[in-house]
Amino acid sequence: MQFSFLSFITQIAILIVALGAVHQPLGAYLAKVADGEGHRPFERWIYKAAGVGPDSAQTWKAYARSVVALSAAGVILLYVGQRVQPLLSGGQIAGVDPWVAMNTAISFITNTNWQSYTPESTVGFVIQMAFLAVQNFVSAAVGIAIAFALVRGFARKGTDSLGNFWVDMTRITFRVLLPLAALAAAVLVVAGVVQNFWPTAVTNPLTGVSQTIPGGPVASQEAIKILGTNGGGYFNANSAHPFENPNAFTNLFEVFLLLAIPFSLPYTFGRMVGSRKQGFTILTVMAALWIITTSLMAWAVAAWPSLGEGLEQRFGPAASGIFATATTLTSTGAVNAAHDSLPPLAGGIAMFDMMLGEVAPGGVGSGLYGMLILAIVAVFLGGLMVGRTPEYLGKKIQARHMTLAALYLLVTPVLVLVLTGAAVLIPSVVADAPAPGPHQFSELLYAFTSATNNNGSAFAGISASDPIISSLINVAMWLGRVLPMVLVLALAGCFAKQEPIPPSPGTLPTYGPLFAGLLGTVAVLFSALNYFPALALGPIAEGTLR
Amino acid sequence: MTAYLRQFGTAFRFLAVATVLLGVFYPLVMFGVGQAVASAQANGSIARLNGQPAASTLLVQAVPETETRFFFPRPSAVKWDSTTSGASNLGPSDPALSKAESAARAAVAAREGVAESAVPLDAVTASGSGLDPDISPAYAELQVPRVAKGTGLSADDLRKMVSEATSNPVLSLLGQPAVNTTKLNLAIAARLK
Repeated sequence: MQFSFLSFITQIAILIVALGAVHQPLGAYLAKVADGEGHRPFERWIYKAAGVGPDSAQTWKAYARSVVALSAAGVILLYVGQRVQPLLSGGQIAGVDPWVAMNTAISFITNTNWQSYTPESTVGFVIQMAFLAVQNFVSAAVGIAIAFALVRGFARKGTDSLGNFWVDMTRITFRVLLPLAALAAAVLVVAGVVQNFWPTAVTNPLTGVSQTIPGGPVASQEAIKILGTNGGGYFNANSAHPFENPNAFTNLFEVFLLLAIPFSLPYTFGRMVGSRKQGFTILTVMAALWIITTSLMAWAVAAWPSLGEGLEQRFGPAASGIFATATTLTSTGAVNAAHDSLPPLAGGIAMFDMMLGEVAPGGVGSGLYGMLILAIVAVFLGGLMVGRTPEYLGKKIQARHMTLAALYLLVTPVLVLVLTGAAVLIPSVVADAPAPGPHQFSELLYAFTSATNNNGSAFAGISASDPIISSLINVAMWLGRVLPMVLVLALAGCFAKQEPIPPSPGTLPTYGPLFAGLLGTVAVLFSALNYFPALALGPIAEGTLR
Repeated sequence: MTAYLRQFGTAFRFLAVATVLLGVFYPLVMFGVGQAVASAQANGSIARLNGQPAASTLLVQAVPETETRFFFPRPSAVKWDSTTSGASNLGPSDPALSKAESAARAAVAAREGVAESAVPLDAVTASGSGLDPDISPAYAELQVPRVAKGTGLSADDLRKMVSEATSNPVLSLLGQPAVNTTKLNLAIAARLK
C-alpha cells in the first residue's frame, strides 16, 4: 500500500473545517449546561429516583467523594453483571472469568476501555449494551464534570462550592452526550453500521458452506464509544471491523466525533471564565500539537517500505495514520488498524501521543483539565524566568497549587515507568509479550502507557488476561484515573476560595502566541524528559534495526 | 463514613436509572430508527443470490485455495471467520512477519502465473480486522487473466465487473481505492448460474 499525500491533506482539511465549525456552538452549549439554572422535568425525575438534592452545593471533598463512590459502585455493578451473565443471557453465555471481569470493569469505569476479553466469544448483547455501553456515557460524563469543576474554581471567588456532581452528571449525560450519540448512531446506521439483535445465517455460494454474520446493537454503542473518547469495541477488531467502521466516510466521521467534544471544551472554558482569548490560547496549543503529531505520524508511516499488515484496504495508510494519532491524543484507544504492526516510529509516536498526557485535545474533560494543569506550570515557569508574579486568570499561584499541579503531572509518569519496570522483572509477564527484540519491550511499555493514561489501545500481540499482568494493569488504570481527578478537584477547591487579584503590569499575560508557545513547549518537554529513555529502548531501538 | 455510604446509595440508584435509559431505552430506540430508515444496513448489508441470503457485502468471504473462478481476498489472521475478528499483531520487524509475507508472495505468484515482484502488498498482508473484503485494484487486475480462464468470461467483462465493485471516487480519496471481493465474487457466481 502507498501513503497518499492527497488523501491525507484532504482529510485534515475536512477535519479542520468541520471542527472549526462546531467548536464554538458546541462549546457555548456546554458552557450553558455547566452554568445553567433550573432543572428540566425529566431531570427532576432522575434526581428523585437517585435521591439527589439538586440544589445543594458540594465542596471539593464532597464532589470527590461522589466521584469515587460512583466509580466504585460502577466497578461492582459491572463485575457482578459479567459474572452472572448466564442469568442475563438465559443460560446462553457463560459467566466471564473473574480476572477478566475485574479488568473489564475497571477498564470501562475509568474511560480506558482496555479489552483483555474477546467480545465476540465473551459477552452477549445484554452485557454490551446495558453494562459496558452505559459506562461509555457515565465515564465520559465524569471527565467532563471534573473539567467543569476545575473551570468553576477559576471562575468563582470566596466560595467552597464547586457545584453538584450529580447535577453535572445528569445534565452532561442527558443534555449533551445522549442527543449527540443518538444523532451519530443514526448517521452510522445509514452508512452501514449494524443495529439489530440477531446473527444472520448466509450460505457462501462459492463453497456452499454456511456462514454466520454477527449482529448486535453496534451503532448505538459505536457512537458513544467514539464521542465519549472511550474506545471499547463491540467487536475484537474494534474500528477496523467493517461492522463498526464500514467505509472511508464513516472512518473520517469517527475521527471527527472523537475530536469534537475535546476541541469544543476550550471554548467552554473561555466562556465560563469570561475571557474567550484564554480559551482560544488553549485551543491553539491543542490544535498545534494535534497537527504536528499527525504530520509526524504521516511521515513515519509514509517512510516505511512495506505497508499493509494490520491495515484495512478501504482506509489505507493515510486514514489509519490520522485515526491512530487522534485516538492516542485523546483517551479513546479505538483502533482502525493493528497498532502492533505499525512501523516502529509510528508506533513510537502513538505512544508519545499518550505520554503527552492526552491533552491535545485529550479525552472528554480530561484533556481540558490536563492542559489547564500544564498552563499553571507554564505560568509558574514563565514567572520564574522573567521575574513576574505567577498568576492565572487572576488567581495567584502559590506553593499549595504548585504542589498539587506537580503531583498531578508526576502521578502518570511514575505509574507508567514503575509498572513497566516491574513488568520486565517478572518473567511470566515478560512471557505475555511474545514479540522478538525491542518490540517486546514496546508491547509492555505501550500497555502501561495506555492503561495509566486511560487510553485503551494496545500493541495487541500482548496477552493480558493472566492474573499478574491484569492486576498490574488494573492498578495502572484505577490510580491513573482517580488520583489525577482528586488532585484536580483539590486544586479547584483552592482556587474557588481565592479572591482574584486585578492584573498588574507585573502580570504575565496567559494568552497570545508567546504564552501558547511556552505552554506547548512545557507540554512537549515535560513528557519528552520523562519518557525519552523508555522510548529509546523500545520503538526508537526498533526503528534503527532496519 | 456515613457521608460515603450515602454517596454509594446515590451512586447505585443513579446507575440503575442510567442503565434503564442509556442501556435499554437508547439502543432500542436506535434499533427502531435503524429498522425504519435503513433496515438493509442495520441488518448487516446482506446480499442475496437466487433469493438465498449469500453474504454480507461488508465482510470477506472465504475462497477455497484451489478455486480458479473467483477473486481471492487478502490473507486473514482469523481465517476469514466472521464470528470472530482480529489481526496478526506481528511487529514490523518480526521475522515471522517477513516469513509469512514471502510465503504468501510465492503462493500468489505461482497461482496467478506472474513474477513475485508483481504481487502487491495487500495480497500478502493480513488486514486489521481479518474480515477485510477489499483488495487493491492492482491485485484485482493481477487475478483477471486467471479468473477469465477459470470461468470462461472475457477479461473485458471481468474488468467491467471489477470496476463496478470498486469504491467510488470520494471514498477512494478519503481512504484508498478498494475492490470488494465479496460483491465481485457474487456477481461472478450470478453469471455462472
